[in-house]
Amino acid sequence: MAEKLTQEQVSQLEKYAQSIRYSIVQMVTEAQSGHPGGSLSAADILTTLYFAEMNVNPSDPQAVARDRFVLSKGHAAPVLYATLAEKGFFPKEELLTLRRIDSRLQGHPSMKNLPGIDMSTGSLGQGLSAAAGLALAARLDNSASRVYTVLGDGELEEGMVWEAAMFAAHYKLDNLTAFVDFNGLQIDGPISEVLSPLPIPEKWAAFNWHVIKIDGHDIQAIYDAIQTAKTIKGKPTMIVAQTIKGKGVCQMENIADWHGKAPSREQCELFLSQLNELETQ
Amino acid sequence: MGLATREAYGEILKELGEKYENIVVLDADLSKSTKTAVFAKAFPQRFFNVGIAEQNLMGVGAGLAAGGKIPFVSTFAMFAAGRAFEQIRNSICYPKLNVKIAATHAGLTVGEDGASHQAIEDISLMRSIPNMTVIVPADAEETRKAITFAAEYDGPVYIRLGRMAVPDLFAADYTFEHGKAVQLADGKDVTIIATGIMVGAAKEAAKQLQDAGISARVVNIHTIKPIDKEAIIKAAADTGAIVTCEEHSIIGGLGSAVAEVLVENSPVPMERVGVCDTFGESGIPSALLKKYHLTAEDIAAAAKKVISRKK
Repeated sequence: MAEKLTQEQVSQLEKYAQSIRYSIVQMVTEAQSGHPGGSLSAADILTTLYFAEMNVNPSDPQAVARDRFVLSKGHAAPVLYATLAEKGFFPKEELLTLRRIDSRLQGHPSMKNLPGIDMSTGSLGQGLSAAAGLALAARLDNSASRVYTVLGDGELEEGMVWEAAMFAAHYKLDNLTAFVDFNGLQIDGPISEVLSPLPIPEKWAAFNWHVIKIDGHDIQAIYDAIQTAKTIKGKPTMIVAQTIKGKGVCQMENIADWHGKAPSREQCELFLSQLNELETQ
Repeated sequence: MGLATREAYGEILKELGEKYENIVVLDADLSKSTKTAVFAKAFPQRFFNVGIAEQNLMGVGAGLAAGGKIPFVSTFAMFAAGRAFEQIRNSICYPKLNVKIAATHAGLTVGEDGASHQAIEDISLMRSIPNMTVIVPADAEETRKAITFAAEYDGPVYIRLGRMAVPDLFAADYTFEHGKAVQLADGKDVTIIATGIMVGAAKEAAKQLQDAGISARVVNIHTIKPIDKEAIIKAAADTGAIVTCEEHSIIGGLGSAVAEVLVENSPVPMERVGVCDTFGESGIPSALLKKYHLTAEDIAAAAKKVISRKK
């Protein structure tokens, strides 16, 4: 079993996550459009991947041997952009161009526009297939490169996800680790009411994936799950991360309405001050 | 009779597999029909059956291309261009990934399987997507050359292949030029522009017209996108009338592509031979081609009609 993170490392990662949340609220407010709820819920997962695990280099974003990340829930682009900027792929100021004309920060991630994006996504259901293809390519090249992807829980309603689930298990893609950002809410309401994909862990287990259930806001737990996934041979791993939509901004938490709505400038100030307080706690 | 274009595809894919280590092939449980089984037998480590799951077929292809591979993905045209349209658009063409979609069993000549399997909209769908190039080979040799081109070209390609055996039109020294029309016969009264399996019928129609004292130019357009505008404009200037022929709906395919060039540059009378906004049905290919007016006789009749419309 891999080493645990030290308390210092966890604290540092939590700071990154808070800074990323701060950027998310800022950029969505500036754009007056975008998807804050599901970006905030995935912030701890992306922080742990980019700052504690993935082999990526902001000064060489196309390095062949790098690990890959596919944001299958592409509407959560703000969390990916904020993470990449925090990591140094591009200046943080550019985050404020989100969704504007001529911006590299498209409404949904576009790999042709922005270095650091490993796959264009946005139409739900497609990212896991691309991630599986990337994992297969790495295996054919005998590369140690690993592939990570984050799906939404509502996204699991897309049939294509299950085609990819069968494929990745059939071809034993153990260099592929997926997360479900299990925040329980989609645009029209709770996933259990709209069209239930529950039970989620059992479904992936039945599709021959190794399944790990964690608290998706516990950095240590996220890190441990990733380390476990790296030891699993012959199976891809699905980490079902229980999360809170809008995590970090109490007015947004667990409210489906914040799926795809930008805060007003007044709300933004309040939200940012909350995030500042959390950071200084 | 020569080979079906899908047969030529299977053969050349195996040859290319020897030359290019990065070629990988995916199929959706139709490898015996699409002929990717030939590659699978030669290179089992580079062949992946995705099962009956065409959306994932395109998505995995996109991922493999993003990882530096040259994936050829095959299934029937109906399930590639039709069922997986949005995956082709968003996962392959939007990021301009290097995926080659070799779609077989296109058009009415699928035959007995009937309308559910007869893709007559695929050219229209595929050519409307930015970054896509669309190729429809006419015979086995052109298929070999087109597939070779696709393997060496960087970007998404849709190649439309047929189930039925077709006559050989081109010799082994045939040169395929992407985006360039091929003139097969010269004439002054009308130009017949054909693609895919209709090229043979167009040549036959020209002979029939010659017997009736009409001089017809025959042009093979294998690359529907990007289309050879120059050749079309020249044909309009030289012959003053155009007939298009395709085993596809007259909506959105070759006929539409040629009409777009003509109306913007040099409008001349034009007739379209194709499937006239209707579904096909079960039957042997020759019976279908006859019933849906896709024969040399239909092309010759369209040529006479278009000539009569010249001022």
